[in-house]
Amino acid sequence: MCGIVGLLVKKPALRPRLGELMVPMLVGMTERGPDSAGLAVFTEPLADNERKISLYSGLTEEGADFNWLGLGHALKAHLGIAAQIQAQGNHAILTFGIAPEPVKRWIREHHPRLHILSTGRAIDLYKDIGTPAEVAARYGFDTLAGSHLVGHTRMATESAVTPDRAHPFTAGEDFCLVHNGSLSNPYGVRRMLEPHGIRFETDNDTEAACRFLEWRLREGDDLESALQKGFEALDGFYTFLMGTVDKLALIRDPFACKPAVVAETDDYVAIASEFRSLAHLPDIGHATVFEPAPEEMYVWTA
Amino acid sequence: MDSLTFDLARSSLRELNAFLHDRPTERGVNKVVVLHPDGAHNIAVGLDCPVEVEIVGHAGYYAGGMNKAARITVTGSAGTGVAENMMSGRVHVKGFASNGAGASMHGGLLVIDGDAGLRCGISLKGGDIVVGGSVGSFSAFMAQAGRMVICGDAGDALGDSLYEAVLYVKGRIKSLGADARIEPMSETDYATVAALLDAAGMRHDAGIQHDPRDFKRVASARSLYHWNADADQEY
Repeated sequence: MCGIVGLLVKKPALRPRLGELMVPMLVGMTERGPDSAGLAVFTEPLADNERKISLYSGLTEEGADFNWLGLGHALKAHLGIAAQIQAQGNHAILTFGIAPEPVKRWIREHHPRLHILSTGRAIDLYKDIGTPAEVAARYGFDTLAGSHLVGHTRMATESAVTPDRAHPFTAGEDFCLVHNGSLSNPYGVRRMLEPHGIRFETDNDTEAACRFLEWRLREGDDLESALQKGFEALDGFYTFLMGTVDKLALIRDPFACKPAVVAETDDYVAIASEFRSLAHLPDIGHATVFEPAPEEMYVWTA
Repeated sequence: MDSLTFDLARSSLRELNAFLHDRPTERGVNKVVVLHPDGAHNIAVGLDCPVEVEIVGHAGYYAGGMNKAARITVTGSAGTGVAENMMSGRVHVKGFASNGAGASMHGGLLVIDGDAGLRCGISLKGGDIVVGGSVGSFSAFMAQAGRMVICGDAGDALGDSLYEAVLYVKGRIKSLGADARIEPMSETDYATVAALLDAAGMRHDAGIQHDPRDFKRVASARSLYHWNADADQEY
């Protein structure tokens, strides 16, 4: 199983309410995915020379007591950067004014168990094990603001229940993907990508799809061409929902093995595995509700 | 007490289904209205009396599944497997239906005003399905008996490995499945389509008028009925 949710608000006035509108959607998918949950929210992008990374300390020895302040001091001492740290328990968002690679390299060297969740100018990412309601409460999902988001509730089938194997997966910058389904050729995809210098962090099948699509985007494909190549390269069952700095995109496998429903009003586009997660959205009675067709691309711009 | 309302925002689905299973018509309740279905699964599944059920809104998976004798209407859309394994009675979806609508039905009438997803009428064993819109790929796969009327288009592999079910399609067929073929319409076929459209309320409904003469008949060529060693697994 697994549940996916996506929400894009069309009016800037609704951006502060993005998280609040989404939490019931995520919780509505608990039966489809009770073991882990996560979401990526896309905020107003930072300036061109700034980046932010989301970090998870739950896999370190200190866990939720991780010394985020100390991390900030160490980054200043070693790299000479004044990173802004917005920390909450085992999660922190680090914002700084240099290219992200040296920062990430330093973190990997000095804190190998600190998990880098996402990198970009707009994306903040949260994921952890627990029921969707527990994870939402742990990170205050209801207070999140932004233009669009991608969420997931997981019922693990292809790899273990751990925070790093929860969705969304990210690759590169400002790109994330959630998956309902299971791929039958993830190892083939990985073997094809590894000679291109693409590194994998888990043994999860979804990570292969995420890195494949981000690789195509980085090679210059637009989102539509990358997704078209995805249809050709990725085999198995899937409904994929992807987020970029200004877009949500959805595809379903040719057999439509995994569900998706879309509801659209003048105010929002909401996507979920099932209508159950859309039923409580404002003005849902007047929304255009439809089921996305298999092997079609659906792209919405924020 | 002729009619009763269940609000699923306030009472549980289990209460509703237990009430419906307890032969309400024998206690004078001929109609049950279900409010706030909100995509819940298994609404009005396994009914066994001629009660009328109106589900006001969108239903989740398996709505009206295994129905016997009841007349069930969904005013919104229905999720996967609506009316699957229906034995008799009638299920009417006014919106669209997701995958596997009417799967394995043995009898009764399933009417879908909008589109149906993939695998509509898969393994149909009897009864009738009338779809006002289009059906997705692999519809009527291995359908053994019964009839389907499709007023829109059909996706890929329509009627793959058909047995004795007969399909009538008004629109474009993207591709036929193995052993399915288009056959000439007879007077009996025209009468059948007219009767099914009438039963579904679609012959003169909502300004759309379907003429039985616009439909094609799809049935089995029966070439898969017997093993053919010369076919070399190519069908």
